[in-house]
Amino acid sequence: MNIHEYQGKAMFKRYGVPVLEGVHCTTAEDALAAYDHLGSKVVAVKSQIHAGGRGKGNLYAPESGDLVMEGGVKIAFSREEVGTYAANILGNVLVTIQTGEEGKLVRNLYVESGCAIEHEYYLALLVDREAKSVLVMASTEGGMDIEEVAEATPELIHKIHVDPSAGLLGFQSRDLADALGLSGAAAKAFRRTLGALYTCFVENDCAMMEINPLVRTEDDEIVALDAKVSFDENAHFRHASAWDEIRDLSEEEETEIRAAEAGLSYVKLDGNIGCLVNGAGLAMATMDVIKLKGGEPANFLDVGGGANEQQVTTAFSIILEDPNVKGILVNIFGGIMRCDIIARGVIAAVEHLGLDVPLVVRLAGTNVDEGKAILAASTLNIHPADDLADGAERIVALIGGGEA
Amino acid sequence: MAIWIPEDAKVIVQGITGRQGRFHADKMVEYGTAIVGGCTPGKGGQTVELQGKDFPVWNSVRDAVTATDADATVIYVPPPFAGEAIMEAAEAFDAIKGEGVIVCITEGIPILDMVKAAAYVEQRPGVRLIGPNCPGIITPGEQGGAKIGIMPGHIHAKGRIGIVSKSGTLTYEAVAQTMSIGEGQSTCVGIGGDPVNGTGFIDCLAAFESDPQTEAIVMIGEIGGNAEQEAAAYSAEHVSKPIVGFVAGSTAPPGKRMGHAGAIISGGKGTAEEKFEAFRAAGIACANDPSEIGQVLLKALQEAGLRD
Repeated sequence: MNIHEYQGKAMFKRYGVPVLEGVHCTTAEDALAAYDHLGSKVVAVKSQIHAGGRGKGNLYAPESGDLVMEGGVKIAFSREEVGTYAANILGNVLVTIQTGEEGKLVRNLYVESGCAIEHEYYLALLVDREAKSVLVMASTEGGMDIEEVAEATPELIHKIHVDPSAGLLGFQSRDLADALGLSGAAAKAFRRTLGALYTCFVENDCAMMEINPLVRTEDDEIVALDAKVSFDENAHFRHASAWDEIRDLSEEEETEIRAAEAGLSYVKLDGNIGCLVNGAGLAMATMDVIKLKGGEPANFLDVGGGANEQQVTTAFSIILEDPNVKGILVNIFGGIMRCDIIARGVIAAVEHLGLDVPLVVRLAGTNVDEGKAILAASTLNIHPADDLADGAERIVALIGGGEA
Repeated sequence: MAIWIPEDAKVIVQGITGRQGRFHADKMVEYGTAIVGGCTPGKGGQTVELQGKDFPVWNSVRDAVTATDADATVIYVPPPFAGEAIMEAAEAFDAIKGEGVIVCITEGIPILDMVKAAAYVEQRPGVRLIGPNCPGIITPGEQGGAKIGIMPGHIHAKGRIGIVSKSGTLTYEAVAQTMSIGEGQSTCVGIGGDPVNGTGFIDCLAAFESDPQTEAIVMIGEIGGNAEQEAAAYSAEHVSKPIVGFVAGSTAPPGKRMGHAGAIISGGKGTAEEKFEAFRAAGIACANDPSEIGQVLLKALQEAGLRD
């Protein structure tokens, strides 16, 4: 689960991570009031969306698609500029390298005081799956695309792994400060900041925390100028009320939210063959084989290990909401899930929803014969398939080949 | 002899009184797994009926292992408590026997809980963790065998193919593919789709390589991370037996979590293409489609002189 920069900074502040004073706004009037309140001559006017690359992104009018402004993060030197930038950002669509072409409608704005920057650093905390521990990554090359830095000059990225039982140790923070060339008051401030961030990371079950840039000011202070934070959804039970309060559902795909509520895992794609599969690996493989046979998958959908009739119906209705869907492939390898139950679920869903696109069903595993018999006995137009390749070939043929 | 879990391994069930635990314990007994009881804190002294027979329940893993000399435990404990259940089992096996296999089926464990649990297990070298978020491990026997997890037992048969996979149902698909060419399995291991887990591909490859019963290996990966690339590099150096590989997620878009917490292409890394390339570079015979695994395996066995 992702949160906005302004929310991340509010959290940082609670842990003693230095951030600049700022105000969350939803209208241009708010932004002007924020400017008056902050009393800073120079302020940053920052689009708030759940995607990176905002500074280099462009804003477009939602209806006409006309370019409104270049750059989703602006430095304003006057009250008038604040008003102009805020008006150009709010209600328009920000397209960045991470949003895809369709971009994201900006509903939130953060107006933040300025500071005198001496140097920009990069700092991130994340879970390193290979090392099975929290990884702290820092670089002197802040403000840049860190993947490019990693590619071109990997020696400029410094890493420490935190032993989960020992926690972040003093010498590790000192080493990292040294590696960044920090000394004196700035080194001390960096170590204090890193300690606070690590505590914040662990206590809040973060999946990732990226601060790009983390800056050293002319006064040798360390300040987090950005905050990209995401939480580990598996830990929702520990933070339910806090997370539900700050979760911005408008930033997420509506159907994906509904699928998750029904215990399904759904990701929309651009193709025209809907898929309904049990198990994440098999669901991905099903998409792959559809593509291999010349079709294009319309979605990833995992109904999980123990789906019931109701979930199968919900899954079908979510797939059918996508107007691009021209056919559906159901691929079930019954383990815990019995094929006869799936077969009944499919029939119930088709009858309930009045399916008018071709449907291919491949069943294997537990109670497969009963499942096949149930499908065969129905008068509905359901095409059986023997294996995954056969199923994919059939559905591609039934919709008249792949997408042009 | 199979790997880690012999056909007659004695197994306890953590969370045996819960709905999931009881359901799967019953299926395991039905398959022929030597279930010797289970544990649920506060329910020690009770019994659970599986396949018409009563099985004892203890309060702790320590009590259960002390009483039964179990070789393995399987965890069906809800996510908030699963990390600790793993550590409890690791502590008990280490203290009492110096060894043991922990199979954690639970899906949805917070990643920082797993970071802690994985480190805890690694400090106890005789203890092996399989999972979490996995179908488990199965060593089919001539009759019955040891099924520790949630996989459908009846699709398996004893044989000489070792299978290792990140995914559940895709593993079943691979099993069915070996059966389609008349081959059975030595051991099938589902290592799970979480970003942080216990046993990895390399552990499995090393074990299959030294297992006399295993003559060829099927390895199924998916997008995310670089465990497959590392396993490929390892196999080129250390594995002499034929390997057939498949990677799920060629069509997955970057930045989207595909069901499994670990199945995500981030920063352009961890793509299926990258992994297939690593497999091919290591001499692993790749199937482009899971329905081809059988035929690719057959060819690999023929080339190795293991089939006519």
